[in-house]
Amino acid sequence: MAFKFPSDEWIKELSRQLNDSESYERSAKDWEGNFVFIVEPDETYDDTAYLFLGLYHGKSTDAAMVASKDEREVEFVLRAPFSSWRKVIEGKLDPIQGMMTKKLRLAGNMMKIMRYPKAAKEIVSCCALVPTEWS
Amino acid sequence: MWYFVSPEIVFGEGALDALDELEGQRALVVTDGTLVELGLVDKVKAHLDKAGIDVHVFDAVESDPSVQTVRRGVEVAQEVRPDWIVGLGGGSPMDAAKAIWVLYERPDLHPAEINPFIRLGLRQKARLLTIPTTSGTGAEVTWGIVLTDTEEQRKMGLGNRENVADIAIVDPEMAAGMPPQLTADTGLDALTHAVEGYTCTWHTDMTDGLCLSAVRLIFEYLPRAVAGGSNMEARERMHNAATCAGLGFGNAMASISHAMGHTLGAVFHVPHGRAVAIFLPYTIEFAAREAPERFAGLAALVGQPRGLPLHRDKERARALAERIRDLCREVGNPTSVAGAGVERVVYEAQLDKLIDDAFNDTQMITAARAPSYDELRRLFLYAYDGRPVDF
Repeated sequence: MAFKFPSDEWIKELSRQLNDSESYERSAKDWEGNFVFIVEPDETYDDTAYLFLGLYHGKSTDAAMVASKDEREVEFVLRAPFSSWRKVIEGKLDPIQGMMTKKLRLAGNMMKIMRYPKAAKEIVSCCALVPTEWS
Repeated sequence: MWYFVSPEIVFGEGALDALDELEGQRALVVTDGTLVELGLVDKVKAHLDKAGIDVHVFDAVESDPSVQTVRRGVEVAQEVRPDWIVGLGGGSPMDAAKAIWVLYERPDLHPAEINPFIRLGLRQKARLLTIPTTSGTGAEVTWGIVLTDTEEQRKMGLGNRENVADIAIVDPEMAAGMPPQLTADTGLDALTHAVEGYTCTWHTDMTDGLCLSAVRLIFEYLPRAVAGGSNMEARERMHNAATCAGLGFGNAMASISHAMGHTLGAVFHVPHGRAVAIFLPYTIEFAAREAPERFAGLAALVGQPRGLPLHRDKERARALAERIRDLCREVGNPTSVAGAGVERVVYEAQLDKLIDDAFNDTQMITAARAPSYDELRRLFLYAYDGRPVDF
């Protein structure tokens, strides 16, 4: 079964994959901080989507597609156009390189993020495990 | 999309003379006490004097510089108000100089906030000039900064491509006095940069040639530089190789050996180059199982065993690992953590910390084959015993 990106089902499946990942659990064992991923419109996607991902001590505590970036309390906001998200999920754009080249724009405590590069990588690895159907 | 950043590089015998033409008012030389004693700081001062630049020296940088040292350096910079910061030394003084420069320009930042995702807006107050006195670190041309959090015994990978030096003076005379052990340690650091820069997942067409050139030069000239420190041809080629490797990996990334070496160095104070070179063959053998191709390409460059067919990538990658161990032995360096003098009982007591810190090191994310937590544990244990990796 494939999950449409972006959707509530897709982010919930990512949450499930994270909770199955020992590497993520190990690399994020002290992590505290929820994310919202904002999927911005571009030539291939004409809507804006907000995907909430709750993350705490190596586990995903909650996940949902929400109506706005302020609907849930989050510490980090990561935004990119749909086509950039697709490249990340398909493994064609490294998320750290994506942030360094501003293809992905992160707002939040950078000092904290810098301590968990492996966890960021593991989240993307789990994204790749979600069978994805593109909107 | 990616970037390639580099200072203007003045290299070769007599390169230090370029300082005579430097334009500026005041320079803060960031260095260590040993280089003052060796007269290398005076050498640089003499050239800056010719340029009419007022020189101040901050010589308190220790090996594996701490955040606290950097803060003291920033205070000095704020008093002196230099328009040039000069990083003079090995990796520690040059990394400290980068951090001092950034925080002198941006006093609103905490050192740990120097990251690649923000705009720093440097070069409002000063510019950075680097002069390496070892042939290995590549810090003269890289934007990475490694500082040590002494409370957590952890190395922090920091930096932003804006904080690359404006000018790097790569003069082999400045490294000619290195004793054999330091020559070996730093040369093997350069080799690890070149191999990992070539094989990491962030390698690019722009960096590959630099890494290949460095690997070839290091295999040819490092043993000569260690055996005969006065061999200026070997010194110059090693100095150039280290800078090439710096440009190569600095615009790509390092990888697992650096992640493991950083944590070994932070906990057991094994010199950086020695630490990363110990781990390099084991991480190559580990990667060879799933991603041997680029390692195999390097093996061809450094003389793989005769008769090994070109299509046998895994065997060729493993041959590269063995060639690196041979080079370590030739220059008198250990090929295992035990050989580096770390006691087993102490190592095992610290093993969980070593694994945790390496697992979360920034260099871990670019591995050709990413180890799981348990595989990383086994890598640390195999490297301790000197057992070739078989998993």
